[in-house]
Amino acid sequence: MATRSDGLARAAALRGMFEARGAQVVETPVLQPADTLLDLYGEDIRARAYITSDALRGEQMLRPDFTVPVVQMHMEQGAEPARYTYAGEVFRRQEHDPDRANEFLQVGYEVFDRSNPADADAEVFALIAETLDGLSLRAATGDIGILMAAVRGLDTTDRRKAALMRHIWRPRRFRALLDRFARRVPVPAARAALLAAPVASSAPVIGRRSPAEIEERIEALRADAATPPISDHEMGGLETLMAVRETMPFALEQLRDVAVDLPQITPALDRLEARIAALAAHGVDVETLEFEASYGRTSMEYYDGFVFGFYAEGRPDLPPVATGGRYDALTRQLGNGAEIPAVGGVLRPGLMLELEEAGA
Amino acid sequence: MSLKLGVPSKGRLMDKTFDWFERYGIRLSRTADREYSGQVEGIDGVSLVLLSAGEIPRELAAGRIHLGVTGTDLVHEKLPRWEQQVEELEPMGFGQADLVLAVPKFWVDVDTLDDLDAAAAAFRARHGFRLRIATKYHRLVREFLTEGGVADYQLVDSQGATEGTIRNETAEAVADITSTGDTLRANHLKILSDGPILRSQATLWRSRVAEVSATEKATLKALMARIG
Repeated sequence: MATRSDGLARAAALRGMFEARGAQVVETPVLQPADTLLDLYGEDIRARAYITSDALRGEQMLRPDFTVPVVQMHMEQGAEPARYTYAGEVFRRQEHDPDRANEFLQVGYEVFDRSNPADADAEVFALIAETLDGLSLRAATGDIGILMAAVRGLDTTDRRKAALMRHIWRPRRFRALLDRFARRVPVPAARAALLAAPVASSAPVIGRRSPAEIEERIEALRADAATPPISDHEMGGLETLMAVRETMPFALEQLRDVAVDLPQITPALDRLEARIAALAAHGVDVETLEFEASYGRTSMEYYDGFVFGFYAEGRPDLPPVATGGRYDALTRQLGNGAEIPAVGGVLRPGLMLELEEAGA
Repeated sequence: MSLKLGVPSKGRLMDKTFDWFERYGIRLSRTADREYSGQVEGIDGVSLVLLSAGEIPRELAAGRIHLGVTGTDLVHEKLPRWEQQVEELEPMGFGQADLVLAVPKFWVDVDTLDDLDAAAAAFRARHGFRLRIATKYHRLVREFLTEGGVADYQLVDSQGATEGTIRNETAEAVADITSTGDTLRANHLKILSDGPILRSQATLWRSRVAEVSATEKATLKALMARIG
């Protein structure tokens, strides 16, 4: 059984290796102001992070990961390009599975570099893969940017596109919106009634949401009802896109077919193609590497491009040993107007040790 | 040792619990008016522990009482993975109440969670903060809204007079327990049609973690034979 000090020693060794490859070592506080994380993730983060408070600083969170503070630090004072590494504990509240650790070590490698995003993606993936060499792991990859490009280019209203983008990480809600915008589901009775007749309520106006806001929403609903549905060929394209799951070269081929119906994804596919070439140049066997277009579409993620994860073969009970991806939009959200392409990955040394012991 | 039965220590919930056991020939009573201790007649080996209804889930989960009477709402809110910690023995047919989401009645555009989500997005864009929902049932409400795909809201804690928070402009919506909906209506609120979040009633629970001796086991069996 690997001890805590084994884990710390491994974490230090991994960080040392990333440092030797040119990354600058950074430290972040364990306590993070809760506001930033709540603004990014909403109330859902409370189910995942430990929150504490004092009368002076208000709510604070035990860092659930390093990415947000590292991005903040870079946006405030970082020089470009930059490569960072860090190691330390992160804390995750567990309300459903007592077997999942609520405190574990993470070692990360993050690249802030605008010169060649495809190469930076490949650099991070190849480095993480190299670190995990010897473990029996399955790599999964995806690219949430392709679906985002598809949505942004739909032949429909900006309001609909904004609603879909807002829920891109909530697959079920996204699907429900899509079905509604394509008129594949009946309009709920209460909404039909609202749209059919001028509405008035004699109830008193209370609270901060004003009658003007209600009027505005009714207008928006009326406008939406008068908007043609998302077409069958666009819907077909989106459905095929979301279902793509193949090795990288075949996935690209299938997505190029989808681009016949959804030409707006072509620039994102060109980026995927460049990434495949860059991965191959970094020695990754792309012929066998899996690509899943819907991979990484879980809530509370910030990735908006390339995404990847490494999973222990035959151990579906374990969380991924490493994960990572591109998060350009996060740098924009935290950058006060500035932005920089960024990609990174994290490893869990504790899980690596556990798997090494099981395999030994 | 005797089998410990935790019962709400005051009010209607206590009276109704006493009535319910009385039907099976088990008489529970408080020893003195101001004293939180009680006695049990009509069955041997059971002792009464008078507690606040809100503390009963925790006491069951800690194994300090074997049986307890409290609402489904409190067990589900306070005990994650409650099924593993307590067993539901008997719904008792009183204390019925639903945990519901309610918004001002004049919000004619909001009837479902889908509407609430859209309203929350627009509200945040206009006001610069997330739409506030006042509640004391944080976990249940959050899980319900996550499940329903609602974003851009925040929960604000309200331990009482929750219906008043909208008028006081400390929240835009509420999630609260209601049995008839009268209080909500009186405060010019309406219940969303998606829901309720939970249907609750007073229930007799058994702790899965409390240690049980052979005698206590026999007592439990005898008790279950009476009320089953």
